[in-house]
Amino acid sequence: MQSEARTLGDVAAGVAPAAIENRTGIGRRADSLFGLLTLVSGSLVLIVLGFMVVSTTNTALPIFSSEGLSFVTSSNWNPADGNYGILAFIYGTLVTSIIALVIAIPVSLGIALYVVEAAPRWVRGPITYAVDLLAAVPSVVYGLWGVFVLLPLFLQPAAALLSEYLGFIPLFAGPPSGLSYFGAGVVLAIMVIPIISSLSREVIRTVPDADRYAAYALGATRWEMIRGAVIPRSRAGIVGAVMLGLGRALGETIAVALLVGSATRIDPSVVRPGYSMAAVIANQFQEASGDHIRALVGVGVVLFAITILVNMAARLMVWRMVER
Amino acid sequence: MGRSPSPGESAGAKVSDINSARPAGRRLWTNRLASAAMLGAVLLAMIPVGLILSYIFAKGMAAMSWEFLSEPTPFSFRRAEGGFLNGLIGTGIMVGLATLVSVPLGILAAIYLQEYGRGLLANLIRFFSDVMTGVPSVFVGLFVYTAFVLPFGFGAVMGAAALAIIMLPIVVRTTEEMLKLVPLELQHGSFALGASKFQTIIRVVLPSALPGITTGVLLAVARAAGETAPLILTALGSLTITTKLIGEPISALPLLIFDGARNPFAAGQERAWAGALELLALVLIFTLLARIVASRSKISS
Repeated sequence: MQSEARTLGDVAAGVAPAAIENRTGIGRRADSLFGLLTLVSGSLVLIVLGFMVVSTTNTALPIFSSEGLSFVTSSNWNPADGNYGILAFIYGTLVTSIIALVIAIPVSLGIALYVVEAAPRWVRGPITYAVDLLAAVPSVVYGLWGVFVLLPLFLQPAAALLSEYLGFIPLFAGPPSGLSYFGAGVVLAIMVIPIISSLSREVIRTVPDADRYAAYALGATRWEMIRGAVIPRSRAGIVGAVMLGLGRALGETIAVALLVGSATRIDPSVVRPGYSMAAVIANQFQEASGDHIRALVGVGVVLFAITILVNMAARLMVWRMVER
Repeated sequence: MGRSPSPGESAGAKVSDINSARPAGRRLWTNRLASAAMLGAVLLAMIPVGLILSYIFAKGMAAMSWEFLSEPTPFSFRRAEGGFLNGLIGTGIMVGLATLVSVPLGILAAIYLQEYGRGLLANLIRFFSDVMTGVPSVFVGLFVYTAFVLPFGFGAVMGAAALAIIMLPIVVRTTEEMLKLVPLELQHGSFALGASKFQTIIRVVLPSALPGITTGVLLAVARAAGETAPLILTALGSLTITTKLIGEPISALPLLIFDGARNPFAAGQERAWAGALELLALVLIFTLLARIVASRSKISS
């Protein structure tokens, strides 16, 4: 097939006879039929998305109506007594994602800026390749590695240090646990770094060289050039990249399920066990039945609503950036 | 700095101006600090890369055996025998089915976006397939659970449906990007010879975009093969080998790794490490193939 398109001549040889035969009648009909087929396939994206919202909301509706607003404002989650308040999970999802971003944003931007602006040519490829490798690792592998390697090696000692030296702040109060918001946040950070850094890299690359030369010509150092010429030009795109990383962190399931500690309450300390929306679905689904399952579907609907808002905002920002 | 040189200035003053324009003192150190921070970020990110690859390889190889590759999982996590063949077969069936469904649909949708779609509908589809790539995969699993598992039960088809929904927007968007790169002159040539739009797309546009499309498909396959959360809700998992497509729970490599990681028994954990190596190898092979195809296509264009 590929050889057909190699040159215009080949194309002509392949297409011409058939084309002349089909110029009327069958050809026309095949044309409009094919157009219709692509239209249907394209619309499928919208149909599936709509169907997803309707089907899940419908299943969770009995819980939504029986719990009312307390579904999202109460943190009392007790399936045995029929209490379904998911505030602790919403809180956990937000806190783990924020921790992930706090770590991932400076690291990702550092990588992106280094690769585009500072790195010697020969290391650009290998760095990009190694960071992209992180993006290919499945989340269950991150979870396994997080629990058996990172937890004893880094998460436990780091949580202990945080609570020992900063424990007077409620945010880091002990007794510390590696299986915690903090532990999940660190692994999430590793997972979103490739996303944020690769998108920021693309955005930073779109800054015209003329802007860089102009800054250098004014006597700027490299850092002044980055701050004055590169960052302002790519700010919107970088924000979009961060939001996409946030979207990924909010919805990440398995790694968080293994590392967050599975405590169904709000703990003000990040070095204490908690839960997240996606993790509670993955961990409790297999043992759930009846209303409990409906409530887990409800958790999914709320998670979907949050991530879709973040994603739409991010896409709009990246799109605006690209169009400019 | 900031002072424009006037014609009356002496040569000496000019020299000192040039010297002061050189970064010195604080500006120089800020610059050095920033460069060090950038390099530091890269080195920091290399730590997890090295730790993940080395541990998966070392622990995985230690537990890897022919038995692991060729036997299904034992019924107890304590028993140090058996392997993940049931998961490998399940992953193969479900990813295969998902690919069969999502690739043709995704390519057709991309053709619509690039060749036919104009105006609001096309923009909506484009925007929402972007948004759809960001939908949490666990939510896709919940959807398939409520829509298909509740009436028909757990099974390979349900898992495949979830994976197909995850793959679809990836295929749509990467294919559209590739179709955009096909030179317009090729299409014009084809039209000039009297070919219809359908013929032009099938025989000219698609073949020249094929390497790029293949890259996108391979990346989507790699992504789907590593998905765990949606399969918990749709395939459920099984310790025996099954090839039934519907009505019976089926296993997958990520599901077995997840179970192993959650259980306190050493034998189960060792199998999980071997499984992680097997899964990572599969995913990296597809990612690598995607890169090779992508670099080939650059050479030819």
